[in-house]
Amino acid sequence: MSVATQDTAIRTGRVTRTLIYLVLVLFALFYMLPLYVMVVNSVKPLEEITGGGMMNLPVVFTLEPWAKAWSSAQIGVEPTGLSPYFWNSIKMVVPAVAISTVLGALNGYVLTKWRFKYDTIVFGLILFACFIPFQIVLIPMAKMLGLMGLAGTTWGLVLVHVVYGVGFTTLYFRNYYAVFPTELIRAAQIDGAGFFQIFWRILLPSSGPIAVVSIIWQFTNIWNDFLFGASFAGAGSQPMTVALNNLVQASHGVKEYNVHFAGAILAALPTLLVYIVAGRYFVRGLMAGSVKG
Amino acid sequence: MRSLLKMNTALALALSVTAGAATADGHGGVEVLHWWTSGGEAAALNVLKDDLEGQGIGWTDMPVAGGGGEQAMTVLRARVTAGNAPTAVQGLGFDIIDWADQGALANLNDVAAAEGWDDVIPAALQRFAKVNGQWVSAPVNVHSTNWVWANKAVLDANGIAVPETWEDFVAALGTLSAAGVTPIAHGGQAWQEATVFDAVAMSVLGPDGYKAAFIDLDSETLGSDGMKEAFDRMGVIRANVDDNFSGRDWNLATAMVINGEAGFQMMGDWAKGEFLNAGKVPGEDFLCFRFPGTSAQVTFNADQFMMFDQGGAVSAEQAALATAILSPSFQSAFNVVKGSVPARTDVSDEAFDDCGKKGMADLSAAASSGNLFGSMAHGHANPASVKNAIYDVVTAHFNGEYDSETAVQELVDAVEIAQ
Amino acid sequence: MALSADTDFKTRLQTWLPKLVLSPSLALVLVFVYGFILFSVYLSFTDSRLLPSFGWVGWENYSKLWRLSHWETSLTNMGIFAALYIGICTALGLSLAIFLDQKIRGEGFIRTIYLYPMALSFIVTGTAWKWFLDPGIGLENVMQSWGWTSFEFDWIKNRDFAIYTVVLAAVWQTSGFVMAMFLAGLRGIDNEILKAAQMDGASNWNLYRRIIIPQLRPAFLSAFVILSHLAIKTFDLVIALTGGGPGRATELPATFMYSYTFSRNQMGIGAASATIMLMTIAAIMIPYLYAELREKK
Repeated sequence: MSVATQDTAIRTGRVTRTLIYLVLVLFALFYMLPLYVMVVNSVKPLEEITGGGMMNLPVVFTLEPWAKAWSSAQIGVEPTGLSPYFWNSIKMVVPAVAISTVLGALNGYVLTKWRFKYDTIVFGLILFACFIPFQIVLIPMAKMLGLMGLAGTTWGLVLVHVVYGVGFTTLYFRNYYAVFPTELIRAAQIDGAGFFQIFWRILLPSSGPIAVVSIIWQFTNIWNDFLFGASFAGAGSQPMTVALNNLVQASHGVKEYNVHFAGAILAALPTLLVYIVAGRYFVRGLMAGSVKG
Repeated sequence: MRSLLKMNTALALALSVTAGAATADGHGGVEVLHWWTSGGEAAALNVLKDDLEGQGIGWTDMPVAGGGGEQAMTVLRARVTAGNAPTAVQGLGFDIIDWADQGALANLNDVAAAEGWDDVIPAALQRFAKVNGQWVSAPVNVHSTNWVWANKAVLDANGIAVPETWEDFVAALGTLSAAGVTPIAHGGQAWQEATVFDAVAMSVLGPDGYKAAFIDLDSETLGSDGMKEAFDRMGVIRANVDDNFSGRDWNLATAMVINGEAGFQMMGDWAKGEFLNAGKVPGEDFLCFRFPGTSAQVTFNADQFMMFDQGGAVSAEQAALATAILSPSFQSAFNVVKGSVPARTDVSDEAFDDCGKKGMADLSAAASSGNLFGSMAHGHANPASVKNAIYDVVTAHFNGEYDSETAVQELVDAVEIAQ
Repeated sequence: MALSADTDFKTRLQTWLPKLVLSPSLALVLVFVYGFILFSVYLSFTDSRLLPSFGWVGWENYSKLWRLSHWETSLTNMGIFAALYIGICTALGLSLAIFLDQKIRGEGFIRTIYLYPMALSFIVTGTAWKWFLDPGIGLENVMQSWGWTSFEFDWIKNRDFAIYTVVLAAVWQTSGFVMAMFLAGLRGIDNEILKAAQMDGASNWNLYRRIIIPQLRPAFLSAFVILSHLAIKTFDLVIALTGGGPGRATELPATFMYSYTFSRNQMGIGAASATIMLMTIAAIMIPYLYAELREKK
């Protein structure tokens, strides 16, 4: 993927460049704004927030809201903070992302390198699944989970997220493998390599960029999901988003906005980290795969 | 092949985990689905939890907040469909009747008979706890919704006495407006507009008209001139709220009254907790009175815990939970915190503040004189479909989409479609 | 495939293996997507209210649905929202990508800032957005306190303009992602062609218009698929920002469907609206998928 570092050959003048920088910085400010509001207000005491001035920097700096959101805020009957739910989310997200990515990679491999009659129809069917609105699957899904004995468990949630994520991962890997030279596969076949050997030795080692895209996409979607988490989790497996919702949506009593903001950032921290750490590979992966139809 | 093997292991693991979870839930405990996640409510619920734990009954907490219980109801539907209903679920009004009609709820008649519920719970409330002669849920409290909350200092400064009639009220609004105070603190969400409409309609139509329109869904009353008058009065109220009302949460509106930015708020008795939290004293700092023209009536909603059928019988844990919920000590302790009044009428009012005492007296007076009605705005007058259809019209009118005439026609139509 | 003539068991396994590997995914999708869609379509012809029930009522739910004025509101909103959202995200994403492609210092840093909103759900950012848009404490208030006293920004409180605040927040979330897709496309363009055209004296504007943008066609199509799928699924955003208000002014089909199915206990009408939504999605996506997949053959 040597093209990844290629810059455009377009040349621009000094005035144009200044204007371009100006526009880029303005939009950077626009994108930062909500995060700025959240961060700034999460380190203020509550009186400072209710006093107005949501854009102001804190006069008194405090990390207490963060500590409270993490370990002592009221989520249910007991003031547990968000921390137990954080681990519930991890236990759900890691297997769901892993399984859906592996399935997507295998599907992409089959659909591009082991083509058979009607394979495009199969792909079309899998792809169209991406568009189903989640609200309509709640009731039948609950029924199926009940029948399978997975109702109210983390594994039930993993299944749900794999089902509704596999369309995307298949799309990413299929487009990526489509441009992978088929001659290499044929040569390996002639050397007697089997189905999994070819996948393992030839395709997988060069799948880094698209795996990053798939993992980022799945991780963010699953981590941020609320509807499935609320509906299908049991008492011991409610994910972070459900807990955050319980914290923020509590209808009675003083609204501790600073704690809410701290909790919101805590809930978003893993996905933010993934974007910041892996964001670089993201464009590279997109470039290598999904946009090259 | 390796990944396939891995998947099989995962599946086997998953199945064993479920089996484990099922046995853990099935014996010796209750799983409670509720949306009381704010500090005060959760503390009150903790009293119940401790009580049960004292009897050796474990409490598995399943909190799902949002939308005044709507989110929890969605979760409940998924749980019941999956054959995995929680032991006890917080429920309101017609939702309870709907679940009882599905045959999903347990029969608590033995517990009710032993504890004498029939004698101590008002008949209007029993309608939502005892369906087809069968007790299915345990009422926790009675909220009444036709309250007005006022900042006493603001009223005094402008020489306003507690308004007894609609005309007095309109005059008071004018005085406040002239003095540069926002007359009415309001949050522009459909349910809040419906809460105001509830009280306004009661004052215009009277108890019989209210019953005909919202409980019997009589299309003539729904389309009557009285209803048009009610919408006109909503227009007056709309003219007396600030520009920024849309989408505001109810407790922020209450804060406006607490801070003296606004004079009045029409809201259920849960608003009292906000005043108390802010260190205000009823009668000294703030006033509570019935909406003008509804002083003899009480419109109510009641939180209950529905008991879901556990294999055809009431489990010992459910019976213990139901008994604990209706014990006079819990009823008193919980409702002092929550701002509501006990669901049973024989609880001492000693621990309650002035507004609470007045609420209890009003409730028992209204119950005995036939003036106690389920609140339309809070799902105690008609099913969810009709309630929301009325919301649509009321909120559209309040936001200037319909004039009163159109609103009345739309109301008749919407209620008909929703049935 | 190539070796299928061999009757050796291992080779036969090799021929079946690809289909075997694909089959779990296909089975999952057939049951959990297409099975559920059929179920939902069936429900739209029944008298289901609180839970599914199977009394046949024919087209009654559909006729009720079309009598509801705020179903029409939600369809109109969907039209406005989808057109603006897809249009603005594409235009903005393309412009930012072109700007960012000019050997910008700190590109990686800026790119991360543009991309991060995609990592956050509206359960996380909802309150911040609500504050920002609220004239009492948000942008209007801040601008006025900075001395620009005539500044007004109260769209979220105005039922004719509230839907545009939903567009604003949605664009904020995804335009950076679209930018990344276009940037990736730009980086894949062969510089030799550009250099040749530059030699012929083509202006930058013409280079982009005639050569570069036409080559981005796959990126446009991918962006369209991602954006339309997000537009259709927009739900959390409306709940967090406006709750469907003022009045019912920002109701979208997804919120409509959810409210009828779950809050209003009219599952039949909810299923009817879901069916119409699905048919609309199919009408847009199937021709697209057909065209896209056919080309590859």
